[in-house]
Amino acid sequence: MTTDRQETPAALAEHTQEDKGAGTATDAQAPRPLLEIEDLRVDFHGRRGITHAVRGLSLSMGREKIGIVGESGSGKSVTGRSILRLIRPPGVVRARRMVFDGIDLLSADERTMRAIRGDRIAMIMQDPKFSLNPVMRVGDQIAEAFRVHRRVSRREAKERALEMLKAVRIRDPERVYHAWPHELSGGMGQRVMIAMMLIPEPDLLIADEPTSALDVTVAMQVLAIMDDLVSSRGMGLMFISHDLDLVASFCDRVIIMYAGRVMEVIEAKRLHEAQHPYTRGLLASLPRIDEPREWLQTLKRDPAWLEEA
Amino acid sequence: MTAADTPAIAVKDLSVVFGQGREAFQAVRGVSFQVREGETYGLVGESGSGKSTVLRAITGLAPVTGGRMEIFGQPLGHDRDAAFCRTVQMVFQDPYASLHPRRTIDATLSEPLIIHGIGDRQERAERVLKALADVGLGPEFRFRYPHQLSGGQRQRVAIARALMLEPKIVLLDEPTSALDVSIQAEVLNLLKRLKDEHGLTYVLVSHNLAVIAHMCERLAVMQHGRFVEEMTVEQLRAGTPREEYTRNLLDAARGYDREKAARFAAMEALEEE
Ligand SMILES: Nc1ncnc2c1ncn2[C@@H]1O[C@H](COP(=O)(O)OP(=O)(O)OP(=O)(O)O)[C@@H](O)[C@H]1O
Ligand SMILES: Nc1ncnc2c1ncn2[C@@H]1O[C@H](COP(=O)(O)OP(=O)(O)OP(=O)(O)O)[C@@H](O)[C@H]1O
Ligand SMILES: [Mg+2]
Ligand SMILES: [Mg+2]
Repeated sequence: MTTDRQETPAALAEHTQEDKGAGTATDAQAPRPLLEIEDLRVDFHGRRGITHAVRGLSLSMGREKIGIVGESGSGKSVTGRSILRLIRPPGVVRARRMVFDGIDLLSADERTMRAIRGDRIAMIMQDPKFSLNPVMRVGDQIAEAFRVHRRVSRREAKERALEMLKAVRIRDPERVYHAWPHELSGGMGQRVMIAMMLIPEPDLLIADEPTSALDVTVAMQVLAIMDDLVSSRGMGLMFISHDLDLVASFCDRVIIMYAGRVMEVIEAKRLHEAQHPYTRGLLASLPRIDEPREWLQTLKRDPAWLEEA
Repeated sequence: MTAADTPAIAVKDLSVVFGQGREAFQAVRGVSFQVREGETYGLVGESGSGKSTVLRAITGLAPVTGGRMEIFGQPLGHDRDAAFCRTVQMVFQDPYASLHPRRTIDATLSEPLIIHGIGDRQERAERVLKALADVGLGPEFRFRYPHQLSGGQRQRVAIARALMLEPKIVLLDEPTSALDVSIQAEVLNLLKRLKDEHGLTYVLVSHNLAVIAHMCERLAVMQHGRFVEEMTVEQLRAGTPREEYTRNLLDAARGYDREKAARFAAMEALEEE
């Protein structure tokens, strides 16, 4: 195959949207945001006191690529998991408003949430191997996802699973299909998770560090798949990443988080012009291929940041 | 041969095959390299190309089917003894899998000391606190469990554990890919400082070419279980690799671009034909 544009995987191309109702590409122009969060707060109650993981986060996003960056522990993953209501006790989630495509996520019953999870909102977890079933062959897990979401025959599910593996640039899909999760390299596990999460054609994909284990050429091709889903199907993408340069070149907007809050929201291509000292500090700590230095700058945190935003 | 000439690590014609018969898969195909004492040697390359497997072969965790490996001139046989563990430690790629879910951080960090009979309770507690401080974690983390930590915090614990026995060689598999850029800077500074202070030798696997350029003197680029080229950091910085694959890596590292992605896909499709 020698197309000069990478093709959207066939498995995704012939999508069937009939049972998904509203929220497909056709109303991409609709003014209603895909996701609105107001004043999200997540606390973890432990024996040694309370961790305030998210402290009043508000955001609104459409069918766009929104990057979420911020230092470790700033609440990026917890925010993603809160949207899917995957925070378990002793974690406590509160918000003034949390609405996905007209559905109130705060008051939705567990049955509604189950229908949303993995179908309309999918999340690629930060730790791919942890999310795969260790005692089930990789291919069977993908095929099962197809059968659950697309109601296809066993044989077709297998064919499509192989196609998905190829789409995420797995070199020998047959071998990987029959592999156990522990037999995958770090980047292979990550791509398997991406493949699985794309199968239901979610309206919102929360991708938590989806390419951190991929080499840069493969990462770029995998990002292109997500990019195409945003532009052709109007998927919304919440892209959580530590890679500031990648986010700047890939996303539309970037949310910068600090200590459970949004410090600033900035147009991705202007990320390098950000003025906030926290964002500047993050940018300054990057090593650069063309600027050798002995020691890297680290962040000097200002207590005043905790009161901001 | 004088001690100074003896490489810290010498690997010759290493091959690793997983599985048997029809299922056999050769993950490493005749890899050779040497790392001098005090050097940091980088491994980059395609996902699934065998980088982690090379490190695991050195630590005795991969089915080696051919080749020779030496640590400070000592040939490695099948088993790794206690002395090996004190000399060579590894930080694994996957911080979830490498931390026991039901052990507190304190138990995880004390374990190597207990196994090797180092210190009494009091001394061990002090070393655990110092190790936590070294990787930028406060004492409040000591009795937490892995699931109570963010991804970056877990990885710092994994690094702290590898350093508990004060090894001479540390194999670092993507040590900072789960970290935010500021903690990454702290950890890289820490790794450099420890290297200076203790004369450590590192092998560093990373997808981040800027991290490799910052840390390493030399590096190898892997694809399909082989080294496609070995280069100096100066060559990497100057952007003058010999192989097209390495040039693509450098190109991709400059940022996302839809057309570039299409070009890589087309190149790979051609290669597969
Ligand atoms: N189950 C839990 N119990 C207690 N504390 C938790 C739990 N999960 C997360 N936290 C805490 O909540 C805070 C936010 O964690 P989160 O995982 O969202 O960070 P993050 O921004 O994703 O960081 P990273 O970039 O390192 O992945 C951290 O301080 C973390 O220790
Ligand atoms: N235990 C195992 N059993 C079978 N195959 C394995 C096993 N471990 C690794 N492999 C295979 O060996 C190859 C090399 O894997 P390795 O983990 O060394 O890659 P890597 O270069 O570290 O990739 P990444 O950058 O994605 O981490 C892969 O194709 C993988 O599927
Ligand atoms: Mg996280
Ligand atoms: Mg690896």
